[in-house]
Amino acid sequence: MDESWRKAKGVFAALATPPVFWLAAFFLIPLAVIWGYSFGENKSLTEIAVNGTFSNYVHAIKPLYLGIILKSFWFALLTTVLCLMVGFPVAIAITFASEKAKAWLLLLIMLPFWTNLLIRTYALMAVLRTEGYINFTLAFLWNGLGDLTALFGHPLAPFVPLQLLHNNFAVVFGLVYVQLPFMVLPLYAALDRLDRSLLEASLDLGAGHLTTFRRVVIPLAMPGIVSGVLVTLIPSIGAYLTPDLLGGPSSQMIANVIERQFKTANDWPFGAALSFLLMYMTFLAIAVQAIVSRGRRERDR
Amino acid sequence: MSGRVTSSPPGPLEYLRRWPIRAWLAAVVIYLYAPLVTLMVFSFNTSKRNIVWRGFTLDWYRAAFQDSDLIVAFGNSLTIAAVSTLISVALGALTAMLLWRFRFPGKPALEGALGLPIVVPEICMGVAMLVFFTQIMPWPTDLIWPLNLGAIIISHISFSFSFVAIVIRGRLASFNRELEEAAKDLGAGEWRIFWDVIVPHMRPGLLAGALLAFTLSLDDFVITFFTSGPDTTTFPVKVYSMVRFSVTPEVNAASTILIVLTVALTALALRVSGGAVATLEAGEGL
Repeated sequence: MDESWRKAKGVFAALATPPVFWLAAFFLIPLAVIWGYSFGENKSLTEIAVNGTFSNYVHAIKPLYLGIILKSFWFALLTTVLCLMVGFPVAIAITFASEKAKAWLLLLIMLPFWTNLLIRTYALMAVLRTEGYINFTLAFLWNGLGDLTALFGHPLAPFVPLQLLHNNFAVVFGLVYVQLPFMVLPLYAALDRLDRSLLEASLDLGAGHLTTFRRVVIPLAMPGIVSGVLVTLIPSIGAYLTPDLLGGPSSQMIANVIERQFKTANDWPFGAALSFLLMYMTFLAIAVQAIVSRGRRERDR
Repeated sequence: MSGRVTSSPPGPLEYLRRWPIRAWLAAVVIYLYAPLVTLMVFSFNTSKRNIVWRGFTLDWYRAAFQDSDLIVAFGNSLTIAAVSTLISVALGALTAMLLWRFRFPGKPALEGALGLPIVVPEICMGVAMLVFFTQIMPWPTDLIWPLNLGAIIISHISFSFSFVAIVIRGRLASFNRELEEAAKDLGAGEWRIFWDVIVPHMRPGLLAGALLAFTLSLDDFVITFFTSGPDTTTFPVKVYSMVRFSVTPEVNAASTILIVLTVALTALALRVSGGAVATLEAGEGL
């Protein structure tokens, strides 16, 4: 398998050069430039002086921006918890289905997820807006109820549409909608590997389904839960489209602030600092997951 | 889910046959599908207000096809996806073979760097590309048609070739090295072995990687949003600018076309790779 690169230097160079060049030139350098800018300041409209200042990072932890960072984290956490709660029964249902039903159920969960993120978000806008399907249904029910009470001489007040779009609720609703398949898949992968005789033993020995779930299924499925949490949490923290289209002025997340710095506010160094803070948060989450899973492996040994 | 007659009570672990789980599953499926299905259904609705079903029409599709901006954007998207797929597959295949065959100093570092495009938040990559293509390597804005899409194509390759490399590497893991040795014994050189032995084995991986790269490129909004100019909008960017204003049946029609296209492509990818792509796309955020 592993051939030393010295044995076939020509082949090695031919294979290594294009991808390494591409990765360095069109990925690492752009990131490095942003990283550099995060220690710089605007000199004029087009000129940025990289002078090693930390002022952008200091600016980023001022209450206004710290609040947005914390809010992003809070939205992501809430999304993850909701996805876990909604997704776990789904993963269980898929795991214990027959082979044929399993394939179809997996496809059913994955299919919406292959459609474009923008289109899925747009579809939610049509559902949630004041003249959307939910409010339309509610208005229909309310008016029906109003006709009924009018017969008894107590007409109801006219229907006031619920404000479901452009608020924090819509953002979390949308994030759960978008991220749910990310959660179900790793959960299913972990549950599918689980030794069923352990569950049967637990049930035979008199534990109920809930006790078995809490004391046997959850501990055994922990690696899947951890990776599900990670794949849901990370994209949620940096979500741009969902808060942009579904959120209101007070539900902007860190990605929206970054976008504004680069597109309208024209404060690139500050936007760069925020970008790197977001990236550090991502790496931190991955590192925590690596440590947790390593700790588990060592305990299991 | 199964059409069986459930005469016996469900077994202890047959959770799918218990009604609370079934009801939950049904609710989740409705949650996931209702918005998309209504979107597609109402693209055929005659009513502009888009909420009550009035009658069947193809007017919105006609309007979408007559919207020249939308058609140009759609053409741009397909061109970008095609070119970036081609280059991503080439780079991904090289990367996969490099990591599969050789042991070299800096291999863990390279593997880590290849994982970066997968974990870095899209917004960070978007702004990095924006800065890169305005400050470091300004992309001329007055180039003729396919060339003016260069900046977008380059960014798309940067985020998709790592995914392609993973798919192809997975395929290469099942390669029997004895075939290579047999070819060598029979007198084949490096180049001959590559084309006649390794590439045929890689083919399903190449195809699956290509379809993955194509859908990733077609789907991307955030990174394109930062690298596209006024003359180089893609389909998602164009739809975004339409969506910002209002919910219209024309957008529904355009979206329906894109949904059908990506679902068809993904179904094809599934056929080819037997599920590997599905799980990988799901791990996109990792």
